Parts: sequence; C-alpha cells; structure tokens
Amino acid sequence: MQHSFEYFLSQLINGVTLGAIYGLIAIGYTMVYGIIGMINFAHGEIFMIGAFVSLITFLLLGFAGVTWIPLALLIVLIMAMTLTAIYGWSLERVAYRPLRRSPRLAALITAIGMSIFLQNYVQLLQSARNKPMQPVISGGVELMREGEFAVSLSYMQMMIIVTTLVLMTCFSLVIARTALGRSQRACEQDQKMAALLGINVDRTISLTFVMGAALASVAGMMFLMYYGVIDFFIGFLAGIKAFTAAVLGGIGSLPGAMLGGLLIGLIEAFWSGYFTVEYKDVAAFAILVLVLIFRPTGLLGRPDIEKV
Amino acid sequence: MAVTATAARAGAGFSLPAMVKEAGLTALVVLGLSFYLVGFETLDVPGGVDIRTRFGDVAMAVVIAFLGRTAVFLLRVGRPRPVLLLAPPIALLILVALLSETLFGPVIGARVKLLVPFDSPVVMWAVLAVTVILAVRAAWRLSHDTQQLSDEQRDARAGAVAAQVQRALRYLGPALLVFALAMPFMPFANRQIVDIGTLVITYIMLGWGLNIVVGLAGLLDLGYVAFYAVGAYSFALLATYLDLSFWICLPFAGLMAASFGVLLGFPVLRLRGDYLAIVTLGFGEIIRIILLNWYSFTNGPDGVSGIPRPSFFGYDFTRNPAEGEASFHMLFGLEYSSMHRIVFLYYLILALALLVNFFTLRIRKLPVGRAWEALREDETACRSLGINPRNTKLTAFSIGAMFGGFAGSFFATRQGFISPESFTFIESAVILAIVVLGGFGSQIGVVVAAVILIGLPEIFRELQEFRMLAFGMAMVLIMLWRPSGLLAHRDATLRLGPVGRGGGTAR
Repeated sequence: MQHSFEYFLSQLINGVTLGAIYGLIAIGYTMVYGIIGMINFAHGEIFMIGAFVSLITFLLLGFAGVTWIPLALLIVLIMAMTLTAIYGWSLERVAYRPLRRSPRLAALITAIGMSIFLQNYVQLLQSARNKPMQPVISGGVELMREGEFAVSLSYMQMMIIVTTLVLMTCFSLVIARTALGRSQRACEQDQKMAALLGINVDRTISLTFVMGAALASVAGMMFLMYYGVIDFFIGFLAGIKAFTAAVLGGIGSLPGAMLGGLLIGLIEAFWSGYFTVEYKDVAAFAILVLVLIFRPTGLLGRPDIEKV
Repeated sequence: MAVTATAARAGAGFSLPAMVKEAGLTALVVLGLSFYLVGFETLDVPGGVDIRTRFGDVAMAVVIAFLGRTAVFLLRVGRPRPVLLLAPPIALLILVALLSETLFGPVIGARVKLLVPFDSPVVMWAVLAVTVILAVRAAWRLSHDTQQLSDEQRDARAGAVAAQVQRALRYLGPALLVFALAMPFMPFANRQIVDIGTLVITYIMLGWGLNIVVGLAGLLDLGYVAFYAVGAYSFALLATYLDLSFWICLPFAGLMAASFGVLLGFPVLRLRGDYLAIVTLGFGEIIRIILLNWYSFTNGPDGVSGIPRPSFFGYDFTRNPAEGEASFHMLFGLEYSSMHRIVFLYYLILALALLVNFFTLRIRKLPVGRAWEALREDETACRSLGINPRNTKLTAFSIGAMFGGFAGSFFATRQGFISPESFTFIESAVILAIVVLGGFGSQIGVVVAAVILIGLPEIFRELQEFRMLAFGMAMVLIMLWRPSGLLAHRDATLRLGPVGRGGGTAR
C-alpha cells in the first residue's frame, strides 16, 4: 500500500496542508528578520495565542447560537487577527523597540524571555490541560479509491489551503503595491535613509509585527480546527519549524518563507508516511542543515556580500 | 504615541489631554490584551470545554495600567508631587491587606483583605513593588532636581560600575571563593541551601563553558544543552551497561561531548550568526528526539535510572558498605550522615567549575584564546592575517562542549536518574541567558546572573506557578535595563604599552 500512487497523493495533501500552516507562521519570522534583523523568538507564542483566541471565540459563538459556519469562521478570523495583532504590537513595543540600537543578542534574550513569559501567562490563565474542540467543518470529497484505501480531500484541508493562498496573495500585493509595503521595503534596505525621506520607521516596524501576528493567528486558528486540540506549548515546536522554514527558504524573502513552509510540511508528511513518525522532526532539521551547508543563504535568499 | 513620547522627552511640559491620551491608550491596549485570555477561562468539562468569565480581573488590570501609566507620565514631565501623594497610601493599603491575617487574625483579617480588589498574593506583591518603585522615583525626582539621564550617560555610568567591579575582583574573587568553600559549614547551611548551592554552581559551570563559545569566540549556540545531554547520557549508559565508576567515565563523557561538538561544528561553523543559532538549536532538538525514541538503547522517555552515585575516590557514601569495603564515614572515623554526600557533591561541582574558570582565564592568554577573541571581533581581518577560522572556531566549540559534557555527567550522578525531559530547549535558553545577562565574556557576570536566575527562583519556591512567569519577565527587564549585560565591561586582554601614556589602548 505504501508504494501506491494513492498513498503518495494523500501524503501530498497532508503535507501541503501542514506546509500552509508553517508558511503563514514563517512569513512573520521572515518579515521581522528582514526589517530589523533579529529572530522574533516569541512568534511561536503569538501563534499559540492566536489559537487560544480562536478557541474562545468559537466557544462564545457556540453559546451565542451562531450556527451558520461561514459567518462563524469570519467572526473568528476577524477576532483572532485583531486581538493577536495587539499582542504582536505590544511585544514589539515592550521588548524589542527599546533595544533596537543594542547588541543583537540582547534582543534575542528578551525574545526568549517574552516567549517563556507568554507561555506561562497562557498556562496560568487557561490551565495546562489540553483544550479539545469539536470539528467545525467535516466531510470532504473522495478523489481516488484503491480497495479499502480512499484518498480524500477534506473540506477543512481545502479551506486551509484556499485561505492560505488568498492571504498570501493579499499579503504579497500589500508588500508590492501599497505605500505601507513600500515603506517596509525601504526600511529593510536602510532605516536611516528611510527616516530621512519621511517614512515613520517606528510605525512601519510596528505594523510589520502587527501583520506578522495577524497571519500567525490565522495559522493558529487553522491549527486548532485541523488538529482539534491545543495547549499552551504548541507555539514552541510550530515556531521552531516555521523558523526553520523561513531559513530554509532564505530568511528575509517572502516567497522563500512560503516555499520553505511548504517544503517543511512536505518533508514531515512524507517522512512520517514512508519512514517513522518519531523522527519526522529530525528529518526536517537534517534537511535544514544540509541546505545551509550547500546553500548558506537558503533557497531563495540573496547572498549578502560582505564589505570590508 | 511615538510622537508624544519624543515630544515629552524633548522637555515639553505637562498637559492634561496628553496625559489622559497616553494613559488611556495604554489602558486600551491592556484591555485588548486581557479581554480574552484573562476575561474568559476555558474550563475542562466532560465532553468538551466550558467557559467562565473573569471580567473583574480585566477591569482591575485596565485600572492598574491606567494609573501606572499616568504616574510614569507625571514622573517624565517632572511633576512627581501627585505620584508621591498617592503612591504611598496605595502601597500601605496593599501591604495591610497582604499582612491582614497575621495582623488582625483570621476573622477581621478576611474583611480587611476585601479593601483590595484582588486576592492573589503574588499579584498584590507585584503591584506593591511597582507602587513602591514609583514612589521612590517620585521622591528622588523631588529631592534631586536633575534632568533624567540620557541613555548614553546611563550606559557610561553602569559601565563605570562594571569596571569598578572588575577592579575589585582582585579582592572580591578570592573572597567569593573562600565563601564558596566555607559555605557548607556555615551555620545557616542546611540540606536545602547546599542543594541550591550545588544547582547554582552547576549553572555557573555551564555558563562558563558556554561563555567560551558565545562570549569569547562569539558563536551563538542555542543548543548547548545537547552537549550537556551527551555528557549525562554517556556517563549514565557507561555506568549502567559497563559498570564503570564516575571517575573513569568523567573524561569519557567530556571526550564524547567534545566529539559531538566537532561532529556538529565541522559542517556548520562556517555559517554565521543566526544561521548558526538555528542549526545548533535544531541539533539540540535532534539529540533530544533521538534520546527519546531510541528506546532499546536509552530507555526512551522512561530515562536511565540507577546511575551510581560518585564515590570518594573509591569509598562510597553508604551507611553499611559491602563486606570487606570501607565507606567514607569509616575512612575518616565520622558518624554517618546523609549530608556527607551532598556536601561532597557540592565540592565536586565547585572543583569542576573552578577548573573551567581557571582554564578559561589561562587560555585567553594563549594564541588560540586570542584568536577566538579576534575572530569574534572581525572574521575577515582574522582570515587575512592567516588564522584558520574554522579550526579556531572548532576548538572553541568542542572545548565548550567538553565542559558541558563534564557538567552533564555530574548532573547524572547527582540525580541518579536522567530522562530526555531534563534536556529541553529551555535549558539552553537559560544557560545562554546567564551568559548574556551577566555580560559577554565576563566570568563574574556569569556568577551574578546564575545567582539571580537560578538561585532566586529556587528560594522563592512558594511562587510556584508564577515562577517561570517571573523568570521570563526578569530576563526581559534585565535586558531592557542593561542591554549589554549586568557586568559588561570589556577590558582588552592585550594593551600596547602602559595605560595612559598615549599608547593605543587596544579595544
């Protein structure tokens, strides 16, 4: 069965779904890295908070009796994006902005500190237990069948992939076409010069965090709906994998983050499908090491030329 | 908001609308932050999750944020009087509420407690601390009519303090050493204190080990715990499979960790900065996952138990040794006491840590140590001067790993039981935090940071679930307060000519 095309196809679908979630988180890493050159270690926690906000909204909607699923999803999406964005904004304001001119390791330590803080904050307020949720969207279409084994694409997976595609398209357009995107790209190249040309650098960086957090919260919401269970610790592993994805694709590059996320998702799905589930994380990291050895700037990253 | 902040810093005076706007915005953000995660508690009920509301706490948080921000604003624009007028009574009120049960007995105490609208003692202490700090700052502003220091001035001042500490170290170092040596025999030293001392020194040793990699060679290693794990598991497995003693295994464990350092370092050390960080992080996770899943060899999540305790050069710390053998207390003719082993472990880790410290201090003066520091400052220049960056980095990496391995085998023998649980990323983060908070490359800084980050939380065990929260907060606050580390003061290892004679002081 493992060698059939159907099996391959079903792993492919799983991988793409997973990759979509990683890709959304990875964008936040890559943007922040591109603009201020630091690893936002607490980004995984932002993703986790997004998942929790979505969970609470779903529960509240359930109590309020909102049963029309598209409306419910829209409300959850909006709530999660807004409230999580506030976390992203505050994170930047409290932990990173005061350190912008300090040694880079200082910001890394505050980021790790914030990550520990946020994890324990959620654990304290929402308890350490797993939080299960009933599936919101069920059913799917059967693509192929071979004997007992059916390849199906569930509506949930469709929703995840479509939402991710839509968000990424919107996002790329924002970066490429709008004034905000232009100032972001300007700040990425040279903050001082951008400031001289009248760009509000602080505001641009804040908005970068806000956008990253909003995308991560969508990833959190999809994670919640896809797996049906979350806890306060999900941010760690998802965060690391997404960061790996960002580095794999070439950190600082948006298409790179999407590609990296997709690749990490596929590696994980195929490794657990064909080899052992236990070592899927090892596979992801091993591929990362290999890529970095042979292409130190990632797949789509531009090599930075060192000037003496 | 950024605009108002800069305007105020430029010396703009007091304006009520500006104050209300700033405090209001803060309160609004806090409302946004807390509305969901504080306001709703998800409860586990059979068959799903239920929700309970806690809007009182949200309101409290918003009010506290508003008042706090107002106070900060007032202090910034130079109007400390209202703060000084209001903060002490509030602090007193909270203090009374906190101590109400001891002051007034349980019945009246419970009523007095209602004066303060939140009941968690930890939250009360936190608010109390903030209020006191605000009051003290207000008093300070009132008595010293000085402008606030600029960031550079503040940095320079703190740097001077750090330099003084470094100078005082000539006397302070031996004093600390004597204290560390005498600690187990001090009157206050009970079992718990010595245990905490052992733990702190373990982290000091790890910090010093990582300091070689991060502080001296400038390689950002986020997976240091991997070497700690390799050391611990090499000892544990050698001891349980081959029945070897601690003293024979210790060098093996170090060697093993060092070879893992070389193994990892060889391919990845040409990466720079953050790429290196993520690869080392990945490596740490890989080691942990392998330990977790290689069940037949490492016993997986169940861990390795029954690891032999260290012996005093062949003499065990047991009450009744096996036939024909003597144990420690017999050797010295002492009454048997379980403290012997604990004190011995304390001295063991102290000796190991001092070894690392001595090694680091000496190797900084050797060519390879100088090459590390030079490499940290400018890799390109080093390369053009004929230093082989990869080999130089590799030595730093593997030496750091070796010390991590030593510490790991000590950990294993102390605990008697190890499992992959003990070697998570958070450990790496804590060790790195110790190095960075202490101030790069500063040996004494590591000690100070380890005492703050490891010792204090151990003492405040009552905080329980708030412990890690406070830990994360402390990491952030210390970094914000002193971005280059508590005792960051980089003295050049080498100087050209005597100081102050115009000879270039190499920095």
